[in-house]
Amino acid sequence: MNKHCTGIRRLRNAAGVMSMLASGFVVADELNMRVGVTDISRQVYDLHMLILWVCVVIGAIVFGAMFWSIIHHRRSAGYQAAHFHENTKLEIAWTIVPTLILIAMCVPATKVLVAMYDTGGEDMSIEVRGYQWKWQYKYLDEDFDKTFSYFSTLATPIEERHNLSAKGEHYLLEVDEPLRIPINKKVRFLVTSQDVIHAWWVPDFGIKRDAVPGMLNELWAIVPTPGIYRGQCTELCGKDHGFMPVVVEAMPQEDFDAWYAGKLAAEQERQKLESMVFTHEELMTQGEVVYTKFCVSCHQPNGQGVPPVFPALAGSPVATGPRDDHIRKVLNGVPGTSMQSFANQLSKVELAAVVHFERHSWSNKAEDVTQPVDVANAAASK
Amino acid sequence: MSEVIESHAGHDDHEHHGPAKGLARWLFTTNHKDIGTLYLWFSFTMFLIGGMMALVIRTELFEPGLQFVVPEFFNQMTTNHGLIMVFGAVMPAFVGLANWLVPMMVGAPDMALPRLNNLSFWILPFAFGIMLSTLFMEGGGPNFGWTFYAPLSTTYAPPSVTYFIFAVHMMGASSIMGSINIIATILNMRAPGMTLMKMPLFVWTWLITAYLLLAVMPVLAGAVTMMLFDIHFGTSFFNAAGGGDPVMFQHIFWFFGHPEVYIMILPAFGIVSQIIPTFARKSLFGYDSMVYAVASIAFLSFIVWAHHMFTVGMPLAGQLFFMYATMLIAIPTGVKVFNWVSTMWRGSMSFETPMLFAIAFVVLFTIGGFSGLMLAITPADYQYHDTYFVVAHFHYVLVPGAIFSIIAATYYWIPKWCGRMYDERLGKLHFWLSFIGVNVTFFPQHFSGLAGMPRRIPDYALQFADFNMLSSIGAFIFGFSQVFFLYIVIKTIRSGKPATDRVWEGAHGLEWTIPSPAPYHTFTHPPKFTDAEAHS
Repeated sequence: MNKHCTGIRRLRNAAGVMSMLASGFVVADELNMRVGVTDISRQVYDLHMLILWVCVVIGAIVFGAMFWSIIHHRRSAGYQAAHFHENTKLEIAWTIVPTLILIAMCVPATKVLVAMYDTGGEDMSIEVRGYQWKWQYKYLDEDFDKTFSYFSTLATPIEERHNLSAKGEHYLLEVDEPLRIPINKKVRFLVTSQDVIHAWWVPDFGIKRDAVPGMLNELWAIVPTPGIYRGQCTELCGKDHGFMPVVVEAMPQEDFDAWYAGKLAAEQERQKLESMVFTHEELMTQGEVVYTKFCVSCHQPNGQGVPPVFPALAGSPVATGPRDDHIRKVLNGVPGTSMQSFANQLSKVELAAVVHFERHSWSNKAEDVTQPVDVANAAASK
Repeated sequence: MSEVIESHAGHDDHEHHGPAKGLARWLFTTNHKDIGTLYLWFSFTMFLIGGMMALVIRTELFEPGLQFVVPEFFNQMTTNHGLIMVFGAVMPAFVGLANWLVPMMVGAPDMALPRLNNLSFWILPFAFGIMLSTLFMEGGGPNFGWTFYAPLSTTYAPPSVTYFIFAVHMMGASSIMGSINIIATILNMRAPGMTLMKMPLFVWTWLITAYLLLAVMPVLAGAVTMMLFDIHFGTSFFNAAGGGDPVMFQHIFWFFGHPEVYIMILPAFGIVSQIIPTFARKSLFGYDSMVYAVASIAFLSFIVWAHHMFTVGMPLAGQLFFMYATMLIAIPTGVKVFNWVSTMWRGSMSFETPMLFAIAFVVLFTIGGFSGLMLAITPADYQYHDTYFVVAHFHYVLVPGAIFSIIAATYYWIPKWCGRMYDERLGKLHFWLSFIGVNVTFFPQHFSGLAGMPRRIPDYALQFADFNMLSSIGAFIFGFSQVFFLYIVIKTIRSGKPATDRVWEGAHGLEWTIPSPAPYHTFTHPPKFTDAEAHS
């Protein structure tokens, strides 16, 4: 086993040198799979290098024979064609030998796969839920009293995407709030989706799984080194598929605990806020924040939407009609369309604020003020 | 039987009939050569349309940021590029080649079911007319990828999805009719003396391909019909909220989809197996094992479908089964490659344009096969899945694979079709432009995929910029060299030098025993098939 590992490490080094030579100035990382930081990702990388070298060696033999023949067995060089057209021994050999090579490949591949499927014995569990086009992370707690969730959305400003300002270092790979996990703990991820199929991928952990509505997929990782790890959604999920990155921050246990306690306190604060009454200005300010994060990709900054799939809000019957109908549309979504249910995505304060914002923005001039308690009433009266 | 035909032939002037005049010739024709020509021109038109969509994609991806198109339109381009290239370019091109060549190769006067043949073709322009028209509808055309995974293609689809479903049904009907016709022709109309194991390999590969089509096109029809019911009649086949299963859609789709990708490569194997012996001036090595390898690949294609779904969340036992089964495909595929190389070995080779494309096919298709073997390793597939590594893989087997074989076939048989030789100098130039273009386009995509770039995204992180720019440059070289190909073909038809009947010194097979250009009606009397023409 040890010998085998050294062999692979030597191959890995050789690959690094070769790719450096091939590219001249491009760094090796950009030419090859990332080794990653977890034990699993390293094993996957070794498998990748092993199969790559198997292919390179076979390719060198086959193409070598072919090009030797092309150079020497050409009519222009006066070569006369031979007349053989079968050779049973040779044909048996080139059936058996590849079979043996494949069986030899299956052994390490099966070992790694079995290790990846060992999902038990976790220290903590996090539900990863895909939405069009963001991720929700929910920290699960056995007693249900220390649970909270939040959304992680693309933080790259729209100006950068439209080339109006210079692109930052982590262009399209940055979020407003990353998933946070402690290092050296077995973290289990339960991956699912609210709408269409997404896929959650962190290349440096060597894990990727589809987020399928109605299905809970398991993944796990033990991350030994603190750091920020970036990936992307890898299943076509509609318009903004390219704009829902996965960012995970692995932190030392103490830092993680402090952050976790802070999040729990904020969650309790949020629940308290739902009984408060807000002014028009407060609602507009918070509403704009919520709108920009949750609504703008479909309904657009100017409220005009992208008809007919994403209808306009400016001057729409919903945003100018009876308020409780408007609240219920946002709460429950519209079945059979892209309009999601936001009842579990937003707090009552946020819901009240965004409905208020939509009813008082652009050309919309409603008379009413929407408070968290109105949202609670509308939800109860449906 | 042959006496009756011969005595009848004396006062039968049927074989002197030429084609009808004007548009009616093409609308009502039941002649396999006319229909073959229609298929080939149709597929070339679709190839250029699908290619333009690819260039829209590559233009947007030239640099990071959104420059030319919005993400909604970008998704329509990736989807339609895939659908058009698969169903509109590659498949009809192979059917066109089968129409032209299968009757001439087996010594039959025409296809077995000529009227069905006319219908099979004429469905296609309408099917693709409908599909392309959706791009101009409110809400746009299909934007859910050529794999149209539910629920993105059902609950979340644009309203035009219904037209898409109808178009897919029509394409399926056309393919099923076409394959019935090919099977009937091959099994019933071979010249006396041509036993199954003496058939040219192009005929063999098409026979097996036709059975694959018959087996899986109804599965596709079932999948889109269930989508139709989910969208319009409130069923929940693929809707989790109603007790359905989006993953079941993928199982059904790939049960069709994996044999489908072999439908696009088996006839290519046949073409290359015709061309290499001709220019190596040596019999094909291992004819029998070639036939058995194609049959094994066809069988395996039915039991590996879920390797497209390793990340979907299957149980461990399922993952292992599909990994092992997929790796098995490398064995018969390897046999084919070894046989081609052995055919060249100690031959007396010359390198006319068809041979250049055939050799490039062997090399580049094998590279696509290698990346396929890498993708079969499930744990590694988690890192490759849905990245540009996959895009590089399947473009290597489809562009320098299937498309190169179609181009090779065109150069190889066009002297027989129109009685004129293409310009060898221009053909070679076309080859080198295509060869460089295709590699500059797709080789860097291996690297961007390994570095972590997902497929089907309109904009990307900065570390992928260099490879994408290179890839876009390659795409434009490749794209414009295919317009050059159009010029070469037109020049050949108009003013090429007259071709001889045998055309190529080393060519064997019944199609080379008839005059060039092939008369409108050939083999109205069954020819004698001798061993001299066998196993070309």
